[in-house]
Amino acid sequence: MINVLIDENFEEVTPRLSKASAIEEANRCLYCFDAPCMRACPTTINVPSFIKKIASSNLKGSAKVILEANPMGASCARVCPTEELCEGACVLQKDEKPIKIGALQRYATDWLKEQDISLFKRGAANGHKIAIIGSGPAGLSAARELCRLGYEVTIFEAEKQAGGLSQHGIVSFRLPQEVVEWEVDQVRQLGATILTGKRVGIDVTCTELLERFDRIIMAIGMGEVPHLNIEGEKLEGVLDAIDFVKTTKQKPLPMNIQGKKVVVIGAGNTAIDAATCAIRLGAAHVKILYRRTANEMTAYPFEYEFAKQEGIEFQWLTMPKKIMGNMDGKVVGIECVHMNLMDCYDQQDVLIEVENSNFIVQADVVIRAIGQRRHVDFINEMNLQHLNGVPSVDPITFQTSSPQIYACGDVIYGSGYGDATVVSAVQQGKDCAYALHDALQQTSEIA
Amino acid sequence: MADLRINLAGIQSPNPFWLASAPPTNSGYQVQRAFEAGWGGAVWKTLGEPILNVSSRFAATSFNGQRVAGFNNIELITDRPLATNLKEMDETKKRFPDHAIIASLMVEPKQEKWHEIVKRVEDVGIDGLELNFGCPHGMAERGMGAASGQVPELVEKQTYWVKAVAKTPVIVKLTPNITDITATAEAAVKGGADAISMINTINSLMGVDLDTWHTIPHVRGKGAHGGYCGPAVKPIALNMVGECSRNPHINVPISGIGGISNWQDATEFLLMGAAGVQVCTAAMHHGFRIVEDMIDGLNNYLDDKGILSVMDIVGKSVSRYSDWGDLDLNYKIVAEINNDKCIHCNKCYIACEDTSHQAIDLYHDATGLSQLSVREEDCVGCNLCSIVCPEEGAITMKEVEHTLPSMTWNERQECLKAFSTTAEIIGG
Repeated sequence: MINVLIDENFEEVTPRLSKASAIEEANRCLYCFDAPCMRACPTTINVPSFIKKIASSNLKGSAKVILEANPMGASCARVCPTEELCEGACVLQKDEKPIKIGALQRYATDWLKEQDISLFKRGAANGHKIAIIGSGPAGLSAARELCRLGYEVTIFEAEKQAGGLSQHGIVSFRLPQEVVEWEVDQVRQLGATILTGKRVGIDVTCTELLERFDRIIMAIGMGEVPHLNIEGEKLEGVLDAIDFVKTTKQKPLPMNIQGKKVVVIGAGNTAIDAATCAIRLGAAHVKILYRRTANEMTAYPFEYEFAKQEGIEFQWLTMPKKIMGNMDGKVVGIECVHMNLMDCYDQQDVLIEVENSNFIVQADVVIRAIGQRRHVDFINEMNLQHLNGVPSVDPITFQTSSPQIYACGDVIYGSGYGDATVVSAVQQGKDCAYALHDALQQTSEIA
Repeated sequence: MADLRINLAGIQSPNPFWLASAPPTNSGYQVQRAFEAGWGGAVWKTLGEPILNVSSRFAATSFNGQRVAGFNNIELITDRPLATNLKEMDETKKRFPDHAIIASLMVEPKQEKWHEIVKRVEDVGIDGLELNFGCPHGMAERGMGAASGQVPELVEKQTYWVKAVAKTPVIVKLTPNITDITATAEAAVKGGADAISMINTINSLMGVDLDTWHTIPHVRGKGAHGGYCGPAVKPIALNMVGECSRNPHINVPISGIGGISNWQDATEFLLMGAAGVQVCTAAMHHGFRIVEDMIDGLNNYLDDKGILSVMDIVGKSVSRYSDWGDLDLNYKIVAEINNDKCIHCNKCYIACEDTSHQAIDLYHDATGLSQLSVREEDCVGCNLCSIVCPEEGAITMKEVEHTLPSMTWNERQECLKAFSTTAEIIGG
């Protein structure tokens, strides 16, 4: 019984719009010219156009407008921080509420998902072979565009299931697996070969790839969550947030969180994901510890709001010093200190430990969510120039220091390209594909 | 509390809101419910020879998700025996002696038929008669309704026959399915009509089903044109009322009908010369209770304006309705965009650029926000930008100071004629 209830907790939280409310909402759209929502979308979806098509019940046309611009339009409809992007730019902010662009995008793409129609066609084969490492949003997006341009595309995916962060890292109740699987299938149907369980560097060497393919796109995302570098991290019950979320993306769901006191360290979107997953798995209590305050946290405001509604407790200005275990090597608590945050010049703040403020937070499970490591070893193996594990790329072509290799998505996040969002990765995947195509065309013309 | 009572050609009612002759006034039960809800009068569903109706009778058009922007029907006149209707009219009148009950009538264009029905109906003590020369479907195929209403001679003759025997005021209901409604209105007046009412419904086909390719509605796969009404027809009706009101040969009261959904619509009809209004579609959409706000809204409007009686506003806008040739060619307005109120949807820009006179400039400020400005010298004052603007007050049409005296087209032609005559004299 509890299993059933927990399973329900991982079903999509937001219901789909009904036909009537979708049409009503679509009719509310002003159909702006030079629309701010479109400008705010990293993939520049023609939002007024797809919404007008919903109003006229032209759902096929609507879905095509969305997916033409954004191959992962169904995922983005669910996970985009729309308040920061299209809906935040909607002109109806004052008296009326912004148009529910995300919900309408989901309505149109859900419709398509339930039909047996392919909107896009594979291009005539041009003889070039491209390897894409990683089948997350950036890799799939690049793959789709390259297939349409006639490339023979092979995607290497280390995990057993394709989809990357969308498949493994985004909580099910925001993004159900079947949506990601459908998006993967769309790319597969265009002719891309997706080899899952193939880790480049182990199952296939980089040299092999360079020999067998004309170009390589690295869309490998980021790695595991770094260690806190405090005592007790090896204790049983200390988890990596990304790994933890991944366990909730498969059935059967883990049952070992029920009744536990869970502490999450960090206050980014992954921390919120880990915390809400824990509570939905039946944790007795979930607390987020963060060194700074709500003002500095990197989680989106709507995620923060969601976490509060889920009953997550936030403890600000708190830094873990040591994870404490019992005789059996299991976590029992965390020793923390209070922090003091002081404003300084140049909008830089300074964090100082409050002396003698040590206290103990009880915990059975500690989840670290303090960002993600880079795949430095792999990047070195590819002989790419990088800065702290972020490969250097040409800002327009996404070409790395090795002319045959391109990089896009989270792997280059931090070097000034986009946000670590699905939608940003999708656009980079597109741009990368077009740049690669231009370069190869020029080469062919010269040849 | 303003005095909302009206007197339309001698027919009195506690307020100007009557239900039009239509499905809502089919029976005594319904009319009594309507009077309880507050309606001032009811024109009973048209009486005549018993008919047969078809099933699947109504259809409506939605506009951008708003239901019943327009409505149509292929229902005929009453399908109940005349005796039943008369009995219920009698009961209703006894229960509501101060409310107006008007009997709508339609028979073949024969003198004896009209005489017979008028006598039978007036015997039950109704307040007036309305001759249905407007119903556009079904009955028209049998030479009645709109078929006789489209021929001025038939309108005049039948009105005359009725007037010869009628003891109560006679209203002639006109069809809009005609080039110039003043022609049939004048015919009704010549025949002795005490009042006219307009408009009846407009010939219409509501739609075609995109899946089955049947008409909407269809009767076992076949359709026939119906009568169009509802909010969409209001401007057509208002013009026809205005044209009749300002015609000096049509000097009888008008009962205004056509798309009236609230007190504001009703007030426009009153200002354009109607002495009372009739409503149907709005009641069919929402029920009789809508009259409450019609009465309340009209009363508040009159109170706010310090007007004591609703009859005092009747026709107050008629003198302002004229011919195009009498409009001042030297009056000029231009659009003014308030960028502080603008929400940056840029609809004004694209409307003007694509479909009007390319008088709006669109540029982006340092933050990327659109800014709009009107080039007054290119603006013709068409209003399009202010019509498409969704934000109240963001675009206003302002009058440009007069540099030239008023000059209408007709005055200009007169002037030119005088000039050419003078030229001829001088030249000759």
